[in-house]
Amino acid sequence: MRRTTALLAVIAILAACGANGTTTTTEAPADTTDSGTTASGEALTLYSGRNENFVQPVVDAFTAETGIEVEVRYAGTGELATTIMTEGDASPADVFWAQDPAFIGGLAKEGYLTELPEDVLSLVPERFADADGRWVGITARARVFVYNTELVPEEELPADIWEVTDPKWKGRLGVAPTNGSFVAFVTGMILAEGEERTREWLEGIAANEPQIFDGNGPIVDAVVAGDLDAGLVNHYYLLQRIAELGEVPAANHFFSDGDPGGLVMATGAGILASSDKPEEAAELIRYLLSEESQNHFLGLFEYPLVEGIGTPEGQLPLDELPTLDISLTDTADTLDPALALIAEAGLS
Amino acid sequence: MTTLAPPAAETAPEPSSPRRRRAPLPLWLLAGALMLPALIPIAYLVWAVVRPGGFDAGGIPAGRLVELFGSTARLMVAVTLTTSILGAATAWLTTRTDLKGARLWSTLLTLPLVIPSYVGALAFLGLSGNDGLLSRALTGMGLQPLPVFSGFWAAWAALSLWNFSYVHLLAVPALRRMDPALEEAARGLGASRWRTFLTVVLPQLRPALLSGMLLVGLYTLSDFGAVSLLRYETFTRAIYTQFRGRLDVTPALFLSGVLVIVALVVVWAEQRARGRAALYAHRPPRRPVVTALRGWRRAVAYGFLGTVVAAALVLPLLTVAWWAIRGLSLGNPVGAVAGDLLRSASVSAVAALITVTAAVPVAVLTVRHASRATGALESVAWSTYSLPHLAVGLGFLVVAVRFIPAIYQSVLLLIVAYVAMFLPQAMSAAQTGLRQVGPSLEEASRSLGVGPMGTLWRVTLPLLGRSLLAGGGIVFLSAMKELPATLLLRPTGFETLAVHVWSASSELFYTDASVAALVLVAISAVPLYLLVARDLHRT
Repeated sequence: MRRTTALLAVIAILAACGANGTTTTTEAPADTTDSGTTASGEALTLYSGRNENFVQPVVDAFTAETGIEVEVRYAGTGELATTIMTEGDASPADVFWAQDPAFIGGLAKEGYLTELPEDVLSLVPERFADADGRWVGITARARVFVYNTELVPEEELPADIWEVTDPKWKGRLGVAPTNGSFVAFVTGMILAEGEERTREWLEGIAANEPQIFDGNGPIVDAVVAGDLDAGLVNHYYLLQRIAELGEVPAANHFFSDGDPGGLVMATGAGILASSDKPEEAAELIRYLLSEESQNHFLGLFEYPLVEGIGTPEGQLPLDELPTLDISLTDTADTLDPALALIAEAGLS
Repeated sequence: MTTLAPPAAETAPEPSSPRRRRAPLPLWLLAGALMLPALIPIAYLVWAVVRPGGFDAGGIPAGRLVELFGSTARLMVAVTLTTSILGAATAWLTTRTDLKGARLWSTLLTLPLVIPSYVGALAFLGLSGNDGLLSRALTGMGLQPLPVFSGFWAAWAALSLWNFSYVHLLAVPALRRMDPALEEAARGLGASRWRTFLTVVLPQLRPALLSGMLLVGLYTLSDFGAVSLLRYETFTRAIYTQFRGRLDVTPALFLSGVLVIVALVVVWAEQRARGRAALYAHRPPRRPVVTALRGWRRAVAYGFLGTVVAAALVLPLLTVAWWAIRGLSLGNPVGAVAGDLLRSASVSAVAALITVTAAVPVAVLTVRHASRATGALESVAWSTYSLPHLAVGLGFLVVAVRFIPAIYQSVLLLIVAYVAMFLPQAMSAAQTGLRQVGPSLEEASRSLGVGPMGTLWRVTLPLLGRSLLAGGGIVFLSAMKELPATLLLRPTGFETLAVHVWSASSELFYTDASVAALVLVAISAVPLYLLVARDLHRT
């Protein structure tokens, strides 16, 4: 019975700590509570489809500079887009930052996003923002074919994205078909090549029995470790691994002009129509496009979209990357067919 | 020790129970109200499937459903069979043979329960592949490295290793309580040892094994973390894929509804199969028959137990610890775990406290006023317990956001979900306690003029202390490990240890994931050891 009492005491103490624990997370630091910048005194809520290492330092710097507290919900872009759709007007989110243009475009099309101020939109090249001004690109990334240099000789590299369906890649390829950037790439392919050609390509990939992953990072890790020959991913994962590990037996292979496999996409951010703090929300997006933030993203090897910030080390400048003649805004229109085709091919 | 599983033989109402008072209406209303939070999201999900046009709105082709049924059922059958063999064999070896250190072995065989399946899967990934711990050892000896563990066999191994303890826990008391006279009679009539086991021991073990198989089967149906990390396609993974791969939540809701219906059918089938197999076994007066193992048999037995403990406990912990230490020494970034730990522990403790409190009226109703109707109530409770947390979490999410937005993404909703999901664990513990106490003391109190509430407060509750504490400990453990519902329902910024392990694992940030996983396992081990493992071989 004495043990019983002791354990009960421990639980009671933990419960008491719990009450503290839950309040401290929402408490603003003393120096920011006085500034009274937030309209309702509550924190701004950011739904982030980008991961924590990438986003949190910038958000912390934003809070330090403006005194606006930000709560960030980290999850996959698709999960968050579905969550926002499910929440509707009750969404706690003020800002959504997606890893691709298609899902955020889909939300815009359904009327969940409000138009951004002109000064925010004008910070980036027109082709990296929504034509109707409901989302703005923060960074850009290119789709690439990452491969292990010891397992894939250079002459074997695919000349274009269609060659990846060649049976010689059977079982050697990693893809993340439910990940936002793969989906966005498929929306681009439909725009450039039409649904039929895209269906054929997806079926060809499925027939090659690729290894299915949830995200790009694990694919690149597997390629670097030599557990996998190659994968379809975004360009910067490998560059980050090289920065961490030094030389690795892997390289990015870029496709050429007009090849949907080399789509350059924006990671888009927008303000929710249901937000009651649109001013602060716009402030946050402006900060994501500030010189400090853009330099932080550059340091993590993504392309900054604000002019004059620079180019990731060892990479071609943004306007020399292979181009595809489509509008990123239109990817929202091909999102539904893209998801349907991926499912029909048995990849999701 | 029945707090982990649906009632098996030993918790069935005693046949010679004294006359029962009819349940007062307020008690019925209270118990019903406590059950409601679990029923609403479930009803909502089932409705999403059976409502007119539900099937079309779901938009999942029938062929795809068949495929998912197939892959999920294959895993369920394989894991259930493997765990019943492992669980029964380890239970027999530690109760019915003269192997040394039975209590220690049994504790070691129970402790794998502190390793959530997603931590086990993380360990699998850390062991295999060119960078894995085991591969490094192999290449060090000039052998080939292991390929990355993934797919069916990996999921089968992980779920078997981290679930067989449930069967062990249920089989041990059953084996200990069997009347040795039956086995002696069989042997005396000339039956071989093996035949005695098959025809006398095994049938008596059936209720416990069936309970264990049900528990493991349902867990396999609902597991989300392990199958996702090890990349084997089951229902839960498909739900998650639909949730993240579509803008519309309807297909995910539809699949969740289908999964809920499947789980309910499994529970129903098990109840039918168990039928009246319940044995009202009382503690036998003598020690059970013990087999003396000699020579190579003894060596094989020790080797078997050692291998199981090594694979289910030592290897995963070693792997995770190795990744943690290696990563820390390389200076890899590690997210703060102190805050996560505090949040996990406090929210789980509060949930455990509330769950135990809520369990008392339900237990009093179902034990002291047992009837056909309370039996039905109990079945309902067990059905809610058996449902996949991912589906239940999605149900809570949608119901909250559409009907009670004020509690959406609040700690309150998270706690309500934990209480709803884990109430049966506490209920079962309280029921066991009530049955052991018996109604005579309460009747004495009533006859001395104390009212029903006064009797509950001054007589019943103090007597139940230990059982309630055990129930609370189990609920605490379950809430600490819970992943999918927490992932969906947590308030923004409210990271828990489980969420931390999950998000770091899915990005393959091994160091970060391993550190958080070690903390989670260490904290979970305390209540498990105090409340379960230590008591197993007592009495």
